[in-house]
Amino acid sequence: MESLPIVRLQGVTKRFDDVCAVDSLDLDIYQGEFLTLLGPSGCGKTTVLRLIAGLETLSAGEISMNGSRLNGTPPNKRNVNTVFQSYALFPHMTVFENIAFGLRLKQSDKQAIRHQVSEALDLVKLSGLENRRPHQLSGGQQQRVAMARAIVNKPQVLLLDEPLSALDYRLRQEMEIELKRVHRQLGITFVFVTHDQEEAISMSDRIAVMNEGRVEQIGTPIKIYEEPENMFVARFVGEINVFDGHVVNVNNGSAVVDIHGQLFPVQNRKKAGTGDKVRVLLRPEDIQVTRDADKNGGPALSGKVDEVIYKGKTVDLVISLDAGETINVTQFFNEDQEDLVYGEGERVHVDWLYGWEVIL
Amino acid sequence: MKKTLRYLYLACVYLFLYIPILILVIYSFNDSKYSTNWQGFTLSWYTQLIADGPLMEAFVNSLVIAFASSVSATILGTLGAFAFYRYRFPGRKVMYTFIYIVMMSPDIVMGISLLMFFIILGMETGALTLLLAHITFCLPFVVVTVFSRISGFDRNIIDVAKDLGATELQMFRHIMLPMLMPAIIAGWLLSFTLSLDDVVVSFFTTGPYFEILPLKIYSMVRLGIKPEINALSAVMFLLSLITVTVAHLVTKENR
Ligand SMILES: Nc1ncnc2c1ncn2[C@@H]1O[C@H](COP(=O)(O)OP(=O)(O)O)[C@@H](O)[C@H]1O
Ligand SMILES: [Mg+2]
Repeated sequence: MESLPIVRLQGVTKRFDDVCAVDSLDLDIYQGEFLTLLGPSGCGKTTVLRLIAGLETLSAGEISMNGSRLNGTPPNKRNVNTVFQSYALFPHMTVFENIAFGLRLKQSDKQAIRHQVSEALDLVKLSGLENRRPHQLSGGQQQRVAMARAIVNKPQVLLLDEPLSALDYRLRQEMEIELKRVHRQLGITFVFVTHDQEEAISMSDRIAVMNEGRVEQIGTPIKIYEEPENMFVARFVGEINVFDGHVVNVNNGSAVVDIHGQLFPVQNRKKAGTGDKVRVLLRPEDIQVTRDADKNGGPALSGKVDEVIYKGKTVDLVISLDAGETINVTQFFNEDQEDLVYGEGERVHVDWLYGWEVIL
Repeated sequence: MKKTLRYLYLACVYLFLYIPILILVIYSFNDSKYSTNWQGFTLSWYTQLIADGPLMEAFVNSLVIAFASSVSATILGTLGAFAFYRYRFPGRKVMYTFIYIVMMSPDIVMGISLLMFFIILGMETGALTLLLAHITFCLPFVVVTVFSRISGFDRNIIDVAKDLGATELQMFRHIMLPMLMPAIIAGWLLSFTLSLDDVVVSFFTTGPYFEILPLKIYSMVRLGIKPEINALSAVMFLLSLITVTVAHLVTKENR
């Protein structure tokens, strides 16, 4: 990642009548990265893209690209292209004409246009479909045309608004890989929008988790998943179990938290003080389940298996703790280890390895 | 059984629609001045028609007015519909409703109000006032036809065009216009037909020195139907048949 951002959003705000779609948002986008805006529907993701593309005007704040202010620059003068959620192919044009549209506005050399279009078609693996009309294409193919139509213009930044959301599961997986390949081959910056956290995690260099027009946290997928900075990020990015407790003791970097009377040592990243109320967060796959409490020797919470959901690679358990909470646990299935297979109603104890928790 | 009934019904509808026209066309070749009996084939009514100077002049006038007013109304109406779709401005909804009101208001009201308007402006009624009047009553039909098509479009298409580097004008020219073409042609066709056979509004808004066909026929018919008029009607029917066919082919080619 280079030092200077290619696109910089500072205090960017967009109000529609009474709704504040984007609320003084700061964001730096770097050359060549795959940045994902992740957030629930209605949190302002599309609006951010449209502001960068110049399709909406800012209510306040500033967007700059390559160090120069973009405010007021019309979309046709920005070196940015967008793949829209609805694809929005031109229905009266063939695939070739769709892709050539941007080029034809800028240059007249027919030979060069033909060449660039076929290059773009190659890149998205659609060669041979030049003369089809959009309505003669499948959803996945339309998606590829929309991609080709944008990248053929060689933008510095490609904006993609939930490009995979209309595709079925299998096709989506395929397109995720394709999209990463195209990103690698082009080496340009991708700003990708999705509400699907799995998609975001598997594709991005960095993720910006958005909520109500603001960025809640920005970082690598690992950081976002393993070290969420607040409850919103923790809850939105994957499943998570939350235990309420209070700190009974701190000593350099560690703390002891009382959860339902059990004293768990945790890493004190939050620098909580003695007596503070804290939340201890654990991903389902970070929780260990044992049949007898003494096996690990440490603190553990007791409960009863409510449900066993076999998922092939994993077994998911729903456990209701004696203290009242219901938690989800994912265990990686191992056929040699018969004792992993719990029965419904079986009494168990849960704990986790020191440092795998997040405290907030 | 059900199927034959259905076809029978369809046949009845079409017969009801087209038998009068067919009879008219047949009688335009009838070699008899008054009788409704078939007296033998002749083309003399057609030759008389061509020789009838004032009638031909009215015919040409009508075509010119219909063409000019439908083209003007189509251009203005298309731009209007585009504006209603593209831009948010105060009073947009009210203005669109008023378009409907113009469309629905009775011809007689429209004719009289336009006449009064021209008098207030001090304009002499004639070709120009007639043209303006025809543009006025054709305009809403174009706006409504084009708007109904445009409002079915994916709004993002405009944004895509701009995103790919098109100016507003290029976007309109390369995206909107071709996509709207079927509706534009339909609107134009409607305007052309409306203008060509309008009697009521024209009656109020043209002057004594600019005669158009419907009014001319109207005054002629008061003295009894001449077979010449049958011939003229047959020609006009053929004209509209050609126009509709051409329009159909053009729009079909477009998709
Ligand atoms: N053109 C608009 N007019 C009014 N409100 C809008 C408009 N576009 C978006 N909004 C509102 O702004 C908020 C954010 O929308 P959007 O950016 O589309 O969210 P997302 O893409 O994350 O689902 C929503 O509450 C939406 O209703
Ligand atoms: Mg959106």
